[in-house]
Amino acid sequence: MATNFPSAPLPLCQALISTLVPETAGATPEQWAELERTIEQVLATRAPGLRRQLGIFMRLLDAVARIRFGRPLAQLDPPRREAFLEGLARSPLLFIRRGIWGLRTLVMMGWYTQPGVAASLGYRAGAGGWSARS
Amino acid sequence: MTTVRYDVAIVGSGAGGGTVAQALAPLAKDGKRVLVLERGPRFRDQDFTGRELEMASALYAGQGGTLTADGTMTLAYAEGYGGSTIVYTGTSLPPPERVIRRWNVPGLDPADLARRTRKYLAENNVHLLAPELLNDNNRLFAEGAERAGYRAEQFPLNLKGCRGSSLCNLGCPNAAKQGTNRVQLPNAERQGVEVVTRALVRSVGERALDVLVLERPPGGKGTDPEWKPGSYRVEANTIVLAGGVMGTPPLLLRSGLARLPKRIGAGFTCHPAHILVGEHPHPITNDVGHPKSFYLDRAEAEAFVLETCMYFPFTTAKNLTGFGPSHSALMRAFPRLQMILVLACDRPTPENRIAVDRSGCPVVHYRFTQPVTQAMVRATRTAARIFFAAGAVRVHAPSADPPLVEASEADRLEDRIHERHFRTGTISISAAHLMGGCGMGSGPADSVTDSWGRVHGRPWLRVADASLFPGALEINPYLTIMALADRVAEGVLKELG
Repeated sequence: MATNFPSAPLPLCQALISTLVPETAGATPEQWAELERTIEQVLATRAPGLRRQLGIFMRLLDAVARIRFGRPLAQLDPPRREAFLEGLARSPLLFIRRGIWGLRTLVMMGWYTQPGVAASLGYRAGAGGWSARS
Repeated sequence: MTTVRYDVAIVGSGAGGGTVAQALAPLAKDGKRVLVLERGPRFRDQDFTGRELEMASALYAGQGGTLTADGTMTLAYAEGYGGSTIVYTGTSLPPPERVIRRWNVPGLDPADLARRTRKYLAENNVHLLAPELLNDNNRLFAEGAERAGYRAEQFPLNLKGCRGSSLCNLGCPNAAKQGTNRVQLPNAERQGVEVVTRALVRSVGERALDVLVLERPPGGKGTDPEWKPGSYRVEANTIVLAGGVMGTPPLLLRSGLARLPKRIGAGFTCHPAHILVGEHPHPITNDVGHPKSFYLDRAEAEAFVLETCMYFPFTTAKNLTGFGPSHSALMRAFPRLQMILVLACDRPTPENRIAVDRSGCPVVHYRFTQPVTQAMVRATRTAARIFFAAGAVRVHAPSADPPLVEASEADRLEDRIHERHFRTGTISISAAHLMGGCGMGSGPADSVTDSWGRVHGRPWLRVADASLFPGALEINPYLTIMALADRVAEGVLKELG
């Protein structure tokens, strides 16, 4: 189960998400649903063209992977996928860097805003402040 | 469309609009009609849950992710009763005299601003936090700075009843920050000033505003609007624009008023900022206590300021460069992370400006100049020295490649943290101190308003927000906005009182 938020093929979405935030590979169905809901909500508030641009960008990543490795991005092993995306994140072309940055931001928003995930990191901020720590 | 008539209409309710509203409240007591129009909602105390996504969506325009035109920087500003004073940390510094002198605005006297600032320091209960309320994140900054040879200073804060939730930037859940939503606006309303929320001002005409009052969306936070949803024409003898840098210049630009000064939108600055993280070998108190208690002012000497900070999991994740296992490992170290915010003191350039798109929405054009990137790199090196002096074992520096700098590399910071690694689109840069676009000055050739916020050629139209700044303030701006707004209100009172 995973989002295909920008209308890109599901395996491609899953591969990108788990490369950007590896913990998502072990996410529960509820966590996946929450991630998907958050990303959908964010995209719904942005310009209509953004979803289409993201979809095109993800397909472009896949096409580059096919050219370079002879396989779709989803079939690369995780270290190679990570290295591939890291290389693109350093691209001399701003639109490529921005695209990777935007994708990672969306995925991280879908993951790290989940209260259970925040708690698992040890994040405990709350209204009680100091009085809740005694 | 319904037509309503007021003596004064104020657009915006943040540090500028809230201040003007309170200062003009005596007019309301004397029977004159004073109106505040706020685009965002009026939040209730129970709305402030501290949950990151929920509050960012409710409080910030574009969920805090409004991008500049080229997509290389996010701009954070709030919309709601109280404007961005809802989401600031309450750091209360008076305007630096050297900056006000550099602005060189005829009639703007640093001593006058200082006098007005003192009034709001007292009104907002500004004080230094007691040492026992400082968390490790802040204490380590002060200690590290001292060991590294710098003099950190403690921020005066405008708090009353702070419990140390650390959630200031998501709206205080304990009503402790003394923003205009807690002090000036309620005081103004008690004296008869009307505040209408969810009121979008579409355009300004000759002594009139075209306003659309929006319904509360289903499930939305905050109260219903005070007026029935729909279109209004608000006629007023005096109009004060205080919608902030993302509100006031775009409103003027899309309104099509004839013969407005050509400088509208020019002179945008924003203190571009990014977050640095230092990892300690043991847990520290970082997600409890006020998040921003100390700063290091190197603005005059090196064009940067360092401030303590502590952000929430997603904001932190976004601000760390990269992704994958190394990024995850740093996130798992959250209880051991110390954070420092790096702010560069930028200068106005012809390219950096506010414009509007075809639908009248604001668009910010911003290019990072070499002096700005150099300042951010200098700031990053200084912050790294402080982290290591405080005991951090590694530092995450966005302008290093690889970004994790180990303690063993502390003697190579000049090489490891370098301008050649500062690459937009890879580094998460944000700005919350948005300034300029309606700068004060001597006349329409060099500015939009005079030193009393009067728009050149339109004496009934005034500006009272950070868009008045002719250049970067080089410190946190809210008190300076209040002092300038106080002057604007004084001018209105002289005319109408």
